[in-house]
Amino acid sequence: MNTPVLSTNALTKRYGRHTALAEATLDIPAGRIVGLVGPNGAGKSTLLALAAGLIRPTSGRIEVLGRTPAADAAQLADVGFVAQDTPVYAGLTVGDHLKLGEHLNPTWDAAFADGRVRQLGLDLGRKAGRLSGGQKAQLALTIAAAKRPKLLIFDEPVAALDPLARRAFLQNLMEFVAELDVSVILSSHLIGDVERVCDHLVVLAESRVQVAGDIDDLTAAHHRLVGPRGTLDALPDGVQVIAADHTDRQTTLIVHNTTGRPFEHPGADTIGLEDMVLTYLHRAEGLTAPTLEETRA
Amino acid sequence: MIDFHLEPRSGVAPYMQLVHQVQQALRLGMLDVGDQLPTVKQVVAKIAINPNTVLKAYRELERQGLVAPRPGRGTFVTATLADASLDAHAELKTALQQWIASARGAGLDDEAIQALFDTTIRKAPQATP
Repeated sequence: MNTPVLSTNALTKRYGRHTALAEATLDIPAGRIVGLVGPNGAGKSTLLALAAGLIRPTSGRIEVLGRTPAADAAQLADVGFVAQDTPVYAGLTVGDHLKLGEHLNPTWDAAFADGRVRQLGLDLGRKAGRLSGGQKAQLALTIAAAKRPKLLIFDEPVAALDPLARRAFLQNLMEFVAELDVSVILSSHLIGDVERVCDHLVVLAESRVQVAGDIDDLTAAHHRLVGPRGTLDALPDGVQVIAADHTDRQTTLIVHNTTGRPFEHPGADTIGLEDMVLTYLHRAEGLTAPTLEETRA
Repeated sequence: MIDFHLEPRSGVAPYMQLVHQVQQALRLGMLDVGDQLPTVKQVVAKIAINPNTVLKAYRELERQGLVAPRPGRGTFVTATLADASLDAHAELKTALQQWIASARGAGLDDEAIQALFDTTIRKAPQATP
């Protein structure tokens, strides 16, 4: 079980002149729930589609569960993919979806699927097109999980859902993870959701991986340093400045301690996940967060 | 059984929030030795949280000697933080204050009182339980 669930090396995907994903190198251990965050157009859907084997890389290497994505039927059976907006067949009933799943998937767990649908209170005779957004998402999740994959991939599963349906979807997903021993990769705009359900983070922006790692390690290794201007110039080796803001008197740094040793510095404070992610997104855009000086001008 | 909740804006890591909630329940007597903690599946189904986070919280509580897993049955409380001797503290403190007052009255300074206390407690026989 030590095979990484996703391993890429300089993974690149170009569409004509447009580079959707550039030089992505990742190594994600099995058993994680991975949150993939970044702005629209950052390359999230491209990375997920590459992992699901829907598209092929232009260059670089990708392995999912130690194999080339979509290499053969066995590899396909190991990966469940739910595309953006959790699509279902509007003209087919809930029962049809279960039959279809059973026919198409050799590893289909009918008892599990039937049990979940009953627990969710979905009417087997109802057309999927007449389900609520939340119910459609739950149906897509049930079908993806009932093939008993080793990896579940979701592209923005909760973006279109209201807060109650979103929470219900995440509750269900976490129950699956506790029950089925499955790894998950999901993309989301909602850092609050990522903090709640994920334990591994990949930040994508401008087609590049900005930072990746276990969330607890990342938050422990990022600090905000505040001090009088000019006093924060000398930092130990291995402590990288991610962002620097200056007023005429004060300097604020966001730093990433990559030394593996505790970072002791006067004025150093911890930084939350959301601020950390936003710092990387700002940096990728070539912007810094607005400073007091700018807002005063 | 207790319920967990999660405060996303608190800045406290989610697993630490669960640890604090169990410690608090132990202090307030809402959990006692032998009580079962919610199973991982119950917690994740209730508050939509990563199962590994719950496991990490339970491992930390285990490390603190507060809970222990019983294979196939769940995680159970093995120690309490509600201090039974707490009630006796006030009375003992009053008696100690009276004793210190009489020691000072006899001309002992604080260092002498400290030394007397230290040597006496070393020589006092331990009560056998």
